[in-house]
Amino acid sequence: MKSLAELAAIRDKMKQNATIREDGEKAIRIVVGMATCGIAAGARPVLNAITAELAKENINHVTVAQTGCIGRCTLEPIIDVIVPGEEPVTYVHVTPDKIPKIISSHIVNDIPVIEYTVAAYDN
Amino acid sequence: MIRSHIMLCSGTGCVASGCHSVSDAIEAEIKAVGLENEVKVVHTGCFGLCALGPIMIIYPEGSFYAEVKPEDCKEIVDEHLLKGRIVRRLLYHETVGDDDTITCLSKTGFYSKQLRVALRLCGVIDPEVIDEYIGFDGYQALGKVLTEMKQEEVIDLLKKSGLRGRGGAGFPTGLKWEFAAKAKGDQKYVCCNADEGDPGAFMDRSILEGDPHAVIEAMTIAGYAVGADQGYVYVRAEYPIAVKRLALAIEQAKEYGLLGKNIFDTGFDFDLEIRLGAGAFVCGEETALLTSIEGNRGEPRPRPPFPAVKGLFGCPTVLNNVETYANIPQIILKGPEWFSSMGTETSKGTKVFALGGNVTNIGLVEIPMGTTLREIVEDIGGGIPNGKKFKAAQTGGPSGGCIPEAHFDVPIDFENLSAIGSMMGSGGLIVMDEDSCMVDIAKFFLSFTVDESCGKCTPCRVGTKRLYELLDKITSGKGEMSDFDQLDKLCHHIITSSLCALGQTAPNPVLSTLTFFKDEYLAHIVDKKCPAGVCKDLLEYFIIEEKCVGCTICARACPVSCIDGKVKVPHVIDQSRCIKCGVCKEKCKFDAIIIQ
Repeated sequence: MKSLAELAAIRDKMKQNATIREDGEKAIRIVVGMATCGIAAGARPVLNAITAELAKENINHVTVAQTGCIGRCTLEPIIDVIVPGEEPVTYVHVTPDKIPKIISSHIVNDIPVIEYTVAAYDN
Repeated sequence: MIRSHIMLCSGTGCVASGCHSVSDAIEAEIKAVGLENEVKVVHTGCFGLCALGPIMIIYPEGSFYAEVKPEDCKEIVDEHLLKGRIVRRLLYHETVGDDDTITCLSKTGFYSKQLRVALRLCGVIDPEVIDEYIGFDGYQALGKVLTEMKQEEVIDLLKKSGLRGRGGAGFPTGLKWEFAAKAKGDQKYVCCNADEGDPGAFMDRSILEGDPHAVIEAMTIAGYAVGADQGYVYVRAEYPIAVKRLALAIEQAKEYGLLGKNIFDTGFDFDLEIRLGAGAFVCGEETALLTSIEGNRGEPRPRPPFPAVKGLFGCPTVLNNVETYANIPQIILKGPEWFSSMGTETSKGTKVFALGGNVTNIGLVEIPMGTTLREIVEDIGGGIPNGKKFKAAQTGGPSGGCIPEAHFDVPIDFENLSAIGSMMGSGGLIVMDEDSCMVDIAKFFLSFTVDESCGKCTPCRVGTKRLYELLDKITSGKGEMSDFDQLDKLCHHIITSSLCALGQTAPNPVLSTLTFFKDEYLAHIVDKKCPAGVCKDLLEYFIIEEKCVGCTICARACPVSCIDGKVKVPHVIDQSRCIKCGVCKEKCKFDAIIIQ
């Protein structure tokens, strides 16, 4: 290593991996239902798609967490997007191919993807 | 894609409580359910709560699992990692509120009053991977110093920050560097004192184990500031994990070109080597340490000349303690004002203490200077266990003194501790409850200094031995009133005439207990009693007739058969044969045996 730029490159790459270790209370949370029903309906590929998409888009202020069954097993995989200070938004029948849109619209631009939400389903 | 990090403490404390087998178990379970691409296990340095080891923190939830056993790992993986359900029974109890909500670790009593500067990355990064350190702004300070700052600017910045040596004496670090920088010499050295010898102190070990690159970076900065191209870390061989991680860190820094020739293409060269010590306490004294690095027997020599002028191999040498170095990269990056905003008027920044003895949360704590002893013991330490009363706190190890409850609210800094007859020392903090005999404590520390006196000067070699003999006389019930004068005189002779700090501070435990606990000395000398019930020669075991049912358990347990009595008839202890081992009291189910 002969320059500060090289040092900065390693730092930035590592920083992205390490933000997970912060007690991020202000961060947006994406919570994936990972009970038996969720896993059976395909929550694991969804979870992986979320972490992969966040990494790809270099988004560090989002915590990806798991949770148990919320009761509407027929609608799994279910994910909640919780932006601090706002009502949580629940997406249902989520598949990995819906993730990029949810991330780019809801996380980046703060516009929920209405057609994927439980409200749209119930209507 | 990694979505979860398991931080597993691999400091000496957790290694001793079995973190290696937990590590194997958790890795195997993760593999068994196919999560190896989603979950990463990070082996970190010490989190500080050593009594609760093995410790595991799982992010992003930040769940703090304590005393994890290998057989718990399947549940952790199946429940937490697979289904996202936190395993509540394994959580550190302070992170679970009364209403069953889980709070984060930083809000618990142990951590909320702490301020982690020197321990910033202990428990946060994997110390065996240099990229992890770089990811948390590692080597940025070195980059800044080498490319943007002049040598004198670095020294001025340190002087402005108010950083003082964390090894004991508290000498201003910037001033020390300035002396070395101004000293004339073609060859200069930078040394690190990692010869942590105080009984119960392990902050330097934890920093080397948890964040070795911070020390390497700071030493390189020191090299630049004073014009040295070679550094030595003097670390005791009794710290195998610290030595291994430091050696690995040096190797990785060399591979990256952060040590060696022409660092950051600025023409600055700096190399670092480890020198192992054999664990002699005196080698923590700076001139003895340098003598030992030179390959000679570790003995001190008179100062001046100070090492900054004439140190290692007769050359100007900067010698700082591990914790001092660990502060420096952040002072460079965040500025001297940031550092001096913490602490008291004369003592800036934070101090790490190894909290031990009769306290609930045993471990490593870092507090801003000016925090009171009460806050450390009661809030961070969680108070005295088993409902006992606090009696004294001992700081500074064998060189320090005992602080009684009357001084419990003194803000801790260099000056205040000296004023009450103790010292900061390297940061050992031993809490003692009402069951501790202060004369016996003083005797314990003297036995340590007698053992560790290098023998070069008479006041220390002979004086500490005579001091020990006087204390032994008192604790064995043969003390006389004239011993008070003797103790006092001898202490002052040793202090004024010893060659190095080992002897100059060795009487501190005696002087401070004489000042604050004179009544205990009097009880030993006049009444021939040990109020705390520790000094065996002054104790007598008695059986209370009314309580004894004559079960014969004590008589059968007594190793010298000095308890007589028939079945169902109260027993009697023959005092002339009793060796005061206490077995009878331990075995008695009716609390019929008391100590007088």
